Amino acid sequence: MTRYLPYLLIGILFGFVLIKSEAASWYRIQEMFHFQSFHMYGILFSAIATGAISIQIIKRLGKRKALDGQAIDIPEKAPGTKSYVIGGLIFGLGWGLIGLCPGPMFALAGTGSLGAIVVLAGALHGTWLYGALKQHLPR
Amino acid sequence: MDWLTHPWPWYVAGPLIGSMVPMMLFIGNRSFGISSNLRHLCAITQPPTVDVKFFRYNWREHTWSLVFVIGTALGGYLAGVVFANPVPVELSQAAQSMLTSWGFTQPGLDLVPEELFHTSVHNFTFLFACGVLVGFGTRYAGGCTSGHAITGLSTLQLASLYAVLGIFGGGLAASWLLVPRMLQ
Repeated sequence: MTRYLPYLLIGILFGFVLIKSEAASWYRIQEMFHFQSFHMYGILFSAIATGAISIQIIKRLGKRKALDGQAIDIPEKAPGTKSYVIGGLIFGLGWGLIGLCPGPMFALAGTGSLGAIVVLAGALHGTWLYGALKQHLPR
Repeated sequence: MDWLTHPWPWYVAGPLIGSMVPMMLFIGNRSFGISSNLRHLCAITQPPTVDVKFFRYNWREHTWSLVFVIGTALGGYLAGVVFANPVPVELSQAAQSMLTSWGFTQPGLDLVPEELFHTSVHNFTFLFACGVLVGFGTRYAGGCTSGHAITGLSTLQLASLYAVLGIFGGGLAASWLLVPRMLQ
């Protein structure tokens, strides 16, 4: 069980940050999509910059091992265009409407918001629907 | 300990979220992403009589990821209930006047508007339907804001750029065309 403890701890940090930064706020998401504040863009851009810089450092350090002994490698996403664009559009529509993407969904559900739990239930059904229809969708 | 109960600025929150990428790699060579957990939860609950191949895999290999989102919910509880912000969301002036024109009397009083999230058949139908879009779309695109916008873009992946363009396009359409109409 202890090997999962680090994931629990950084998960707690992640959820804490999502609420404290108001990234889980419907209002903040509307404000973002209407370009009325830098707040959400600041979060996203500085998160990407932090990730990118640390990835470059990891790469320059050469072959390093993770704490559990595995070699660190950065997985490549499968090639393609359609699935990324169409899937992104559908997800974006949902995100713009309810202002919750998957991370904030879990964080807000944790605050006891019944509405967020309903959204999460919907997201599980949507995921299941995708799994059932996968073969018939353009890639 | 004021900082625990007050909202955090973007330059604190962003780097902390971005640091999830290297931390996941260092702990166990894992890729930071949230939406795949929705798939794992489907895999756990799929009854043997329903056999969708997409959900037939050993989800136990992804226990670490499920533990991470349990943590996310706990973090949400701590930040939103135990150390709740005593002040409303500090929205920009422009956002406040837009939201007022949409009919919200106290924009930013809570994280989410009571008008859309309070318990009613109408609201819950809407929230569920939007959740379906998010679940379907993220799996189709193979990731969400964390997996594509943050992990994908910071590792310079073209696929993630396509996904982010799609996500942003969808979000703009919803926020400019659908939300104002829906509230009238």
